Amino acid sequence: MLTILILLLILMILGAIIALEGKDLLSAIISLGIVGFALVLVFLILQAPDLAIVQIVVETLALIILIAAILKTTREDTTETRGAKKIFIYLCGLGFLGLFLFFINQTLTELPRFGYPIMRMAGNYLSLGLTKTGASNLVAAIILDFRGYDTLGEVTVLFTAVMGVIVVLRKIGRRTREKLPDETKVTGSRKIEEK
Amino acid sequence: MRGMTLIVKTITRLIVGLIFLYGIYIVFHGHLTPGGGFAGGIIIAGAFILLVLAEGSEELSTEVKKWRASLFESLGIFIFWFLAMLGVFAGTFFFLNLLPKGKPLELLSAGIILPCNIGIGIEVGAALFAIFITLAVLKGKGDKE
Repeated sequence: MLTILILLLILMILGAIIALEGKDLLSAIISLGIVGFALVLVFLILQAPDLAIVQIVVETLALIILIAAILKTTREDTTETRGAKKIFIYLCGLGFLGLFLFFINQTLTELPRFGYPIMRMAGNYLSLGLTKTGASNLVAAIILDFRGYDTLGEVTVLFTAVMGVIVVLRKIGRRTREKLPDETKVTGSRKIEEK
Repeated sequence: MRGMTLIVKTITRLIVGLIFLYGIYIVFHGHLTPGGGFAGGIIIAGAFILLVLAEGSEELSTEVKKWRASLFESLGIFIFWFLAMLGVFAGTFFFLNLLPKGKPLELLSAGIILPCNIGIGIEVGAALFAIFITLAVLKGKGDKE
């Protein structure tokens, strides 16, 4: 099982590198999809079906939105970095990689062995979850009862993010729309009337 | 955004109801089987997005759709906050599981977890659909009618 996990992780790293370096943006998005769907398999192997369901639908939706954006705009990757800027970027990347390897080496020696968690808190959740909440799916019992605050925060963050997207990407502000002449008011209901 | 061919439209009309129903199933059985508000809400949003992609957004009035999605999003988060405040209204503490627990493995069990899941499902589905309409149905510079 560990071998399959390592192979999947290597596949994900390759997909991420291709997504970053590819010149064709459509193939970059498809290799981004490789990363996401390999993550679904990793979740399934690690016996987390809740996460796997969420990941597979979120990944599909994100790919649809990205591909729709690509079809609207362009397929070519036009960003270029040259000369001193490029060297600076590579130096920063190498420095960050060194720091990351140093700290992860110090951290990993402290952690318990892979697949054998300590279960100090989770042991109580596992044994008392059904009697305290009445939910037979322990994940639901934890995220909506024991850890309800976290879920409340998550949902509020999603709400705020969507509000931001709608406000930033609106077509015409309400105040400008009143000043404009009738023909420039492009709304959906108007278009149907024209037809 | 223009619609797709007749084949895609027909197949979409056949399966979109099933996808919607599956999303509702995932939301309502969140406390019994894997899934829950987040996953089910995204599947419900996926059914709407499939409909928009297949039929094309010219026939639909997107401004009204965006307004409705925004309304349902607010409704969902209001349900969740209200259920969380229920304990405070009853005189105890925040996020207390007040409703009766019921028998395990039955649909109506686990107190406030089922209504919380429904609230989250409405919120997430409406939120993702609103994002999709705002981002993907915007007129690009390329397509002029």
